[in-house]
This record gives sequence, structure tokens and C-alpha cells, in this order.
Amino acid sequence: MKAIVTVMLKNGVLDPQGKAIGQALGTLGFAGVGEVRVGKRIELELAETDPAAAKLAAENMARSLLANLVIESFSVEII
Amino acid sequence: MNAAIVVFPGINRERDMAIALELSTGRKPRMVWHKETSLEGIDLVVLPGGFSYGDYLRCGAMAAHSPIMAEVKRHAERGGYVMGVCNGFQIITEAGLLPGALLRNAKLRFLSMDCNLRVERADTAFTGQYAKSQVFRAPMAHGDGNYTASPEDLDRLEGEGLVAFRYAEADGALTDAANRNGSARNIAGIFSPNLRVLGLMPHPEDLVDPLMGGTDGKPLFDGLAAALAA
Repeated sequence: MKAIVTVMLKNGVLDPQGKAIGQALGTLGFAGVGEVRVGKRIELELAETDPAAAKLAAENMARSLLANLVIESFSVEII
Repeated sequence: MNAAIVVFPGINRERDMAIALELSTGRKPRMVWHKETSLEGIDLVVLPGGFSYGDYLRCGAMAAHSPIMAEVKRHAERGGYVMGVCNGFQIITEAGLLPGALLRNAKLRFLSMDCNLRVERADTAFTGQYAKSQVFRAPMAHGDGNYTASPEDLDRLEGEGLVAFRYAEADGALTDAANRNGSARNIAGIFSPNLRVLGLMPHPEDLVDPLMGGTDGKPLFDGLAAALAA
């Protein structure tokens, strides 16, 4: 079973990387790009076969290590 | 004073720190590999600067879970002294020993230059040989030094007098220009409530000898040696 953990900077936390990417896209001529935010996608291969238990386990991993809840939020998707 | 410096893979400022500590205490600090689990007989534990684990995941995140960190936390809980500089500050916040986090510098640039630090209180073991509001020069070298914390934590730090140093102009004025990494309220370093854990981004250990270009950082180490003399 695979868990996809998406980690993003919390809303309101300055994301200078996103800002720089947005500016670069503008320089390349892509119009109409609003706010750009950068995050991480972490894929976990889990031995667990129950989707609910796998989600719970991945959420615990996110809280303990994968995300820093002072500045980041996360979501977990099981596939 | 018996000091220990924790060495994580990817750390590169541990020898600078050892020079500064030995110069002020007359004793060589113990170098402690991150897989060790004992800090017996140690008064001060230093987490030095560098790029532990190549800054994987987040700066300091992997080192914060190294075997030695459980003992560093116990040392702090026993009332022991801990100092984290640069990557060491990032490790300390990731480990939850001090509140907040260090974000990417606001303008994205890696900052390698001197900054001016204003001493916010002089009645601690770390700052006893500075004067309150004194400004001293310290080198900095970091890409992720933008200190942030929740508004409640920031207010608590200010209210309880736990801000150690702020980025300032040479005359002590707190300006945005002096705050190059964008830190909340110009904060460069903070204390724990018992004033025995200090985390800061700049490197006072790199200005402790005229040969290094100055001795602005030496009072910090002399102060520690005096306060923890045993």
C-alpha cells in the first residue's frame, strides 16, 4: 500500500521559493500566474494492507518527522 | 567547565567551536559523535554549525532525531547548559528544545557576511560579559536563518525576556536593512525559560582571536567559562 504525503508551508508563511518561481514564469512569458507555492511530495511504501490504518500510520510519520507543524501543514493520500 | 561538542555527519564548524571553547576555558571540549548516548560529567553541550545530513528534508530535521539528542534533551531537563549555533539552532528547534523554526532566508540568498547583534539581556551565563544593549559583530553563513514562530510564542518570548540577540545597526537601531534574513522581530537568538539553552544563527565562535579579524565573540565564551567555573 502506498501513502502519498504532501507537505506545504502553512498559509501565511512566506514562501520565497514560490515567489521566485512565479517571477521566473512571468519572465518566460507565461501570463496569468497568480500565487505560486512550493511543497514536498513524499511517497511511502507501507506493509500495512488496511487503508485506514495506513493513513493513520502515515499521519503519525508526518507529525513526527516529515512535516514541521510550526511552519508546515500536510495531507495524506492512500493509493 | 567541561564542554562537549556534538558531531553530526555534515557538520563543519565543530573545530572553530572547539578553538573558541578551549581559548576561554583552558580545556579541550569533548567531541561527541551523534551515535553516542552519554553526556556524563558535561556542563555545556554545543551543537555546532554546518549542514548535518546535507540539510535533507529540512535543515536540522534528521539530526534532531539522532541517538545523542535524547540525552541532550535529558541534559537540558536536568538544568544543563546547551548552545546551538546556526545548524545547531535549527537542530534545537526541530528537536523542540526551543520554540519556532528557521525558514529559508526571505530574499532566498545564502548570506555569508558579518552582522551586528544587539545584546538583549546581560544577566545570563551566555551574555554576562556583554552589557545590555551592547552591539557586537558576528559572522553569519546560512541559507535558512529566517526565524519564525507563532504570534503567541513571539509575544511570550518577548514578554518573558527570552530574546537573546537581535539583528541591529551598529548603533543598536532595529531596522529591516539590518535584518537580512527576514527574521520575525529581528530575532537572531533566543533562550529557554531557565536561560540555560541558547540558540542563535550567527557565529560568535569565529571572532575570538585577533588573527580571525576580531574578538567580538570572545565575551560569550569568557562569560560561560566564568559562570560555569567548577
